[in-house]
Amino acid sequence: MKGQSNVPLQNAGGVGKEPGSSPAQVVNRPKPPGRTKHLLTLVIILLLLWASAKQTDASFTELFEGFPNMLDLLREMFPPRWSYFDNIVQGMLETIRMALIGTTIGAIIAIPISIICAGNLMPSRWIYYPARFLLNLIRTVPDLLLAALFVAVFGLGPIPGILALAVFSVGLIAKLTYETLETIDQGPLEAMTAVGMNRIQLIVYGVVPQLAAQFTSYVLYAFEINIRAAAILGLVGAGGIGLYYEATLGFLEYDKTSVIILFTLVIVLIIDYVSTKLREKLL
Amino acid sequence: MIELHNVTKTYANGTKGLDNINLKFKEGEFIAVVGLSGAGKSTLLRSINRLHDISEGEILINGSSITKAQGKRLRMIRRDIGMIFQSFNLVKRSSVLRNVLAGRVGYHSTMRTILGRFPKEDIELAFGALDRVNISEKAYSRADQLSGGQQQRVAIARVLAQEAKIILADEPVASLDPLTTKQVMDDLKRINQELGITTIVNLHFIDLAREYATRIVGLRAGEVVFDGPVEEATDDRFAEIYGRPILADELLDKQAVHEQGEVVV
Repeated sequence: MKGQSNVPLQNAGGVGKEPGSSPAQVVNRPKPPGRTKHLLTLVIILLLLWASAKQTDASFTELFEGFPNMLDLLREMFPPRWSYFDNIVQGMLETIRMALIGTTIGAIIAIPISIICAGNLMPSRWIYYPARFLLNLIRTVPDLLLAALFVAVFGLGPIPGILALAVFSVGLIAKLTYETLETIDQGPLEAMTAVGMNRIQLIVYGVVPQLAAQFTSYVLYAFEINIRAAAILGLVGAGGIGLYYEATLGFLEYDKTSVIILFTLVIVLIIDYVSTKLREKLL
Repeated sequence: MIELHNVTKTYANGTKGLDNINLKFKEGEFIAVVGLSGAGKSTLLRSINRLHDISEGEILINGSSITKAQGKRLRMIRRDIGMIFQSFNLVKRSSVLRNVLAGRVGYHSTMRTILGRFPKEDIELAFGALDRVNISEKAYSRADQLSGGQQQRVAIARVLAQEAKIILADEPVASLDPLTTKQVMDDLKRINQELGITTIVNLHFIDLAREYATRIVGLRAGEVVFDGPVEEATDDRFAEIYGRPILADELLDKQAVHEQGEVVV
């Protein structure tokens, strides 16, 4: 701004030179940052893409060749066989129940774990670093794999699905919660210490009120994700609507599959909408 | 009531926050601690209730050492010392009443306080404390709906509900405007006189220190450079404490004029 406003002043006394071309100003200007970094990033990304495509034998020709098959599949899916709807209501309700129970169990377990992971509440890093490491370990296991493992242990049915969702929820909720815990206002905690509270009282009076709304929001978010996850857990025999995907796809009854897909879509959309509205109100 | 014997606080990087401090505060005194920022005022206050640990020396509260106290013993000593902060330090999402009741938590078992079951006397005490600072009509409002001055009065009510025998106030008016500053300082003074609570206040404005305190302690680079009644704290002595003549912005009156001037512009 300053440089620009100087231009007319200099020109006023000058002999009608073009504005901005005075050599003194050009020297003073900072050089624009180099572009090499951006170019290099682009090259690296392109290389990675090309190498990945090469390794997985993905090609555009294959995509085009597969296109008619896709249309065939879609044609077989329509019209959906609406009469199948009655058969899957129970499965869908089971899916919702699984998500509800799994999220709740996960949320309860996540509370103590997030406190143990929070650097500002634990006295020593020898506690919270190992706790965080364990938490990250849990988060690396995909929920479908967890479900498959639990099916192997507990047998077919919704129980292994619920456990898988619970473990997955712990990982997600505890991670988000301990990160929020570390950003809470330390002032009240200092005041509570000065009042003579012990550590548990300090958490109940100083931490919980600051965290409650955020925590509820994270639980709802985990529930949204769990509904979607629960819909496919049946693929590995862990209960819910996924079993019906497995069955109808296996018998090539694509008109039934399309009913399940549409139903799932509607349920997920409704729950997402309600949960998002609730979270907006909370924060 | 409060005794500091050879108190030294050395930080990890070697700087001395407090340097061999010996002080005795009697019951019912209203002490203002003055000094430049970084002189050790906050450190001194936080050493008294051991929010900060000291490196050497000993601090006695009513004859018992807070320096050596641990666990429950430490919490019992802290319970008798109320603290007021520059940034109020209320739990903003909790109600005013719950913030005041937090002062009672130290008196009850962990289980009882988790369930939030305070005896009727505690509720009475909390409302009495809110009455004393004229804010009981806000009892069920959320703390963050209150203005700065109101929040600081809630913080004072918390200390009153705590039935503290000592009040430590760390720059209690530094984030308030001149008018609310006067209200809050009046509250502190009245409580000090009516209930005889020993009060130690860190102050930036030296005219406030002169107006409200009965005794002034001057700190400079962690050392006590002045300790005496208000009458002895002349401008010349303040200049010594600060190591330079007093500036206009260290006087609240001048500051007020300055701020009004800004409003006009």
